Amino acid sequence: MFKRQHLPIIVTLALFVFMFIAGSFRYTGFFSTQVLLNLFIDNAFLLIVAIGMTFVIVSGGIDLSVGSVIALTSMISASLLQEGWSPAAVIPLVLLLGSLFGSGMGAIIHYFKIQPFIVTLAGMFLARGLCYVISTNTITINNAFYTSVAQTKVYLPGGNFVSISVIIALLLFVLAFYAAHYTRFGRNTYAIGGNEQSAVLMGLPVARTKIGVYLFSGFCSALGGVVLTFYMLSGYGLHAIGMELDAIAAVVIGGTLLTGGFGYVAGTLFGVLIQGAIQTIISFEGTLSSWWTRIVIGLLLFLFILLQRLFSSRQLLQKHRA
Amino acid sequence: MKHHLFWPLTILALLLVFNLLYDPTFFSIKVRDGHLYGSLIDILNFGAPLLLVSIGMTLVIATKGIDLSVGSIVAITGAMACLTISKGPDQNALVLVATAVGLSLVLSLALGLWNGFLVAGVGIQPIIATLILMVAGRGVAQLITSGQIITVSSSSYKFIGAGVLFMLPFSIFIVAAVFAVASLLTRKTAIGLFIESVGNKPVASRLAGIRAKSVMIAVYLFCGLCAGVAGLILSSNVSSADGNNAGLWYELDAILAVVIGGTSLNGGRFYLAGTVIGALIIQTLTTTIYMIGVPPEITLVVKAFVVLVVCLIQSESFRKAIVGRWKTRRYPAEKEVARHV
Repeated sequence: MFKRQHLPIIVTLALFVFMFIAGSFRYTGFFSTQVLLNLFIDNAFLLIVAIGMTFVIVSGGIDLSVGSVIALTSMISASLLQEGWSPAAVIPLVLLLGSLFGSGMGAIIHYFKIQPFIVTLAGMFLARGLCYVISTNTITINNAFYTSVAQTKVYLPGGNFVSISVIIALLLFVLAFYAAHYTRFGRNTYAIGGNEQSAVLMGLPVARTKIGVYLFSGFCSALGGVVLTFYMLSGYGLHAIGMELDAIAAVVIGGTLLTGGFGYVAGTLFGVLIQGAIQTIISFEGTLSSWWTRIVIGLLLFLFILLQRLFSSRQLLQKHRA
Repeated sequence: MKHHLFWPLTILALLLVFNLLYDPTFFSIKVRDGHLYGSLIDILNFGAPLLLVSIGMTLVIATKGIDLSVGSIVAITGAMACLTISKGPDQNALVLVATAVGLSLVLSLALGLWNGFLVAGVGIQPIIATLILMVAGRGVAQLITSGQIITVSSSSYKFIGAGVLFMLPFSIFIVAAVFAVASLLTRKTAIGLFIESVGNKPVASRLAGIRAKSVMIAVYLFCGLCAGVAGLILSSNVSSADGNNAGLWYELDAILAVVIGGTSLNGGRFYLAGTVIGALIIQTLTTTIYMIGVPPEITLVVKAFVVLVVCLIQSESFRKAIVGRWKTRRYPAEKEVARHV
């Protein structure tokens, strides 16, 4: 059944399908399942981070620290592995640290009523700076577990393959989808994003939910960092610079309202895939330079924000009339 | 109530005293080849682009806005100027340099207008509206430079960022001029009041007869222009344009400077002098860290704590939480419903 509020996500989906079809007509070898799967393989960490960001934005906040937390995660993992720690200890530890980092920012945002933008900005500086405290150089990883995860290909029926990172990302996606639409936590998040004041008056656990949202985002960033470490096999303070923008762009292109209270986790998936498709098309084109990616993403952001603007003003009008 | 410059000045003084203790020659200024040399001059000289961007950012934040695109504008104008000069037959020709500077400044005004149009005309939240240019702008800068670092060898262009006038770096005079113009316009005419009123409540200001949209557009135009001039100084200082790294993180440093200076991110009030001190604090901090010899990247950790502490001091809830310990009576309702100031 078609519902009005599904319009943004349908536009996103249509745009992705259109881009994929256009690419397939223009370039030989584009139309294959493997190209589609490569979109997932190359953007698994972006998807993971963007899922966390979706919750934050739906709750009416923003998280600028994600890129730095990824870098910090890669750095901590790499240095601990170098010290001879076992991956079984390192991975849970960095996930815990990421969650703690996120919930700390959430607590400051909630209890001291400072804008999320500025708090997560401080978080971004802090995490990026801590990377350099560990080391200013790249630390390569030659742990057997990490290299084997990086090289493992999971074959699908039909001879195509995905990486383990993709499976992690998709599992997280399913979990987040369930959490957003079928749990109390998800409903509370939407309610706070819609109107925090009302949520307080309704007796919803605003503090717990808000901190939970940033905790989840921190967890996702750390998980994204672990996946990036699998992908890059190194820890470096300059990893994932500007990642927060990519994640925000993916969420917005996915149809989530930046004012909060409205959006879909599924939209974010397509937002990430659209960004991946732009990169793939540009690399297939060959003559275009990579910086066109940023320009196209900027343009798409602009279009989608305009669309949101039209959509939300109409919705508001309807509410007022009713 | 303390003066609004009390905390920023104290922090700056503490930093300077620390430097003096660490290195007794810190304050000494020497004359060499008709120039003044010394750490203090360096701070002013290297801080010039940040000072300019922060002054523009102050006015934007005063209207309850924010401009994330300044870093990209810095990169774009630097790239444009260097490209124009590198295409010319005689790179030292004054006409060519003037054209390049003019072109870049017009471009930065156009970019500022675009931001203003999105915020005031279309009505998009400032963070998001300027995010578009922040993302796309780096790409545009790369497009202008074709992804390479353009170097120029023009002594006339180099004068903007590295020239010397009356024994002081020329860039200091640019900053002083922009600061003088901005403070005269905002404090000696009604424009400052208009900006503050729009920052408090755009709708109410419009009903009071202020053209809220024009004020907003003007503010973004000014911020774009400031970023443009900063871009010129930055690229002329190193005689090259790097689309990727020029002006990186400037938006964050500028916002930080504004916030340290006592301007609230909620808009409606601004302190230009505070911003200048805020920017100087950041620059001094960077210089200090270089001087002590810790890796410069660690500045980020220090900055993180500075942002946090400044914001906590500004936060009403935080002050209440501390003061509340001495209060005997509590009003639960007051605690639950947040007051929007």
